Amino acid sequence: MASIDIAPGAGTGAHPPGPIQRVTLLASLGWFAAVAILLFWQDLTFQPLVRELALVWGAVGGVLVVLGLGGNRLGRVGRWTAQRAPWLLAIGIGAAIWTVLTAKTGILPQPFFPTPQAMLEVFIYDWPKILHSTSFSVWLLAKGFFFGAVAGFLIGVGMGWSRAVSYWATPLLRYVGPLPATAWLPLAFFIFPSSGSASVFLIAFSTAFPVAVLTWSGIASVNRDYYEIARTLGASPLFLILRVAVPAALPHVFVGLFMGLSTSFAVLVVAEMLGVEAGLGWYLQWAQGWAAYANMYAALFVMAAMCSGLITLLFRIRDRVLVWQKGVVRW
Amino acid sequence: MVAQALKIIPQQAGSAINIEAVSHRFDLEGAPLPVLDDIGFDIEPGSFVALLGPSGCGKSTLLRLIAGLDHPAQGHIRVAGAEVADPDPSRILVFQDPTLFPWRTVRANVALGLEAQGTLKSEGHRVDEAIRLVGLSGFDKAYPHQLSGGMAQRVALARALVNRPNVLLLDEPLGKLDSLTRLAMQTELTRLWQQSGLTAVLVTHDVEEALYLAQRVIVFGPRPARIVADLAVDLPYPRHRGDPRLAELRHEALGHLGLDSSW
Repeated sequence: MASIDIAPGAGTGAHPPGPIQRVTLLASLGWFAAVAILLFWQDLTFQPLVRELALVWGAVGGVLVVLGLGGNRLGRVGRWTAQRAPWLLAIGIGAAIWTVLTAKTGILPQPFFPTPQAMLEVFIYDWPKILHSTSFSVWLLAKGFFFGAVAGFLIGVGMGWSRAVSYWATPLLRYVGPLPATAWLPLAFFIFPSSGSASVFLIAFSTAFPVAVLTWSGIASVNRDYYEIARTLGASPLFLILRVAVPAALPHVFVGLFMGLSTSFAVLVVAEMLGVEAGLGWYLQWAQGWAAYANMYAALFVMAAMCSGLITLLFRIRDRVLVWQKGVVRW
Repeated sequence: MVAQALKIIPQQAGSAINIEAVSHRFDLEGAPLPVLDDIGFDIEPGSFVALLGPSGCGKSTLLRLIAGLDHPAQGHIRVAGAEVADPDPSRILVFQDPTLFPWRTVRANVALGLEAQGTLKSEGHRVDEAIRLVGLSGFDKAYPHQLSGGMAQRVALARALVNRPNVLLLDEPLGKLDSLTRLAMQTELTRLWQQSGLTAVLVTHDVEEALYLAQRVIVFGPRPARIVADLAVDLPYPRHRGDPRLAELRHEALGHLGLDSSW
């Protein structure tokens, strides 16, 4: 037994004394405290699903007990909990405080600040609509972002490479580019055959501007020596663009993609609120119409998850593509 | 290692270089700045020639003209009898900075020339040979940021040699290396030159380096560059750095540069 314990403990090194993670166990206590408050402190007004929510939070606490006892023996999971235990504790305490402030004391007034029970109710009864809205939003965003990124990239490469393209495109980009894409909204809904295609256009428009500018500056800042080296080695102009200029500019392009993605979120939500009859933005608007505050918080919660998830995805792709940039010395 | 490498790279014909009455100037905000003034000399095929001179005297410019990256304002440059018009893989320039493409692995960097010429599929084995020739086998998958300065410059040499050039133009290729790596790379350069049989033109402001490596050292004066001396280094390879004849020649070369008072 002892010999089994030593090996993984020595490997992680973060928590040398014993395999048990005390902070993880403490986090489970935080969650159990939230359950106790939920069950034994009388709610101000009737709240649905109290027992179900207690079950969920209790389950979280139970899992944390197991993880805390298993601790450093659990390999990857153990390392994750060791790192995240303070956050797990904070979230448990946060849940308890939230319950007290809303359901138990009413310091945060209903219905503007929904109780945790009301939030659970939204997710249990309205998840098909939320799921559908989310998938609609992601798909709309994906289409717009794809077209915008491709267009911006091509414009940027053209401007970086050709004097003629740069001469004609720079003033246009300078003048029209900074205009927020949402300003086009009334016109776009009028010009395009459907609100969906208008939204795709607007999202593409908002993405293309930063991607074009950053691709352009990326290509403009490529070390001239790279071109001379490639030319002496027998490179054609096409080779110079595709194999020298573009890869050298990629770090800039990814900054542009990140900026484009961030602004496209704003355009997406506004477009959905004002014209498109689906998506999370529309759901938010719809919930406001019914004064369903819990639904609005739920939509915000999912929206945040969606946006941060997409940004994370972009960063993962960037890390994979720009692996050569990492300053890790292996020799 | 050396015997192995000898088999790999077949003897290739170095090209003769004829430089005839070449003058060149830069345009600095409208005012012409002369950098080369009526330069003329011939380089024997397969020889190792060093161009020695103070920094900024225009010797690097001459190298760029031979590479075909710029065109001389006056005069003619012929390589293997043909007027130089454009860059060509038969004349490869190695810069002071290795300027490897950071997004490519060592292997992909060395393969660059073959890829650009569209012969990578049929001639891919030359990439491995070139990497072996500069002693970097096993580092194929490394990225440039993982290499030391000396290793990076070896990759740059492999990237040049893989094209089997007739002329290798070296623009202070060891200028940024630490002194120990520099000594090792100088020996390495002679070995590579002897094995491949190509014509090597080295630009340097290091007198000892020029004399240790080259068969002939052409000394340039300050800008606009003129030839002030043409020294034959009549010593066989491998050379010994402590050779008294080298010390003699160094004194002579420094004399031409006006720096002989300290020697």
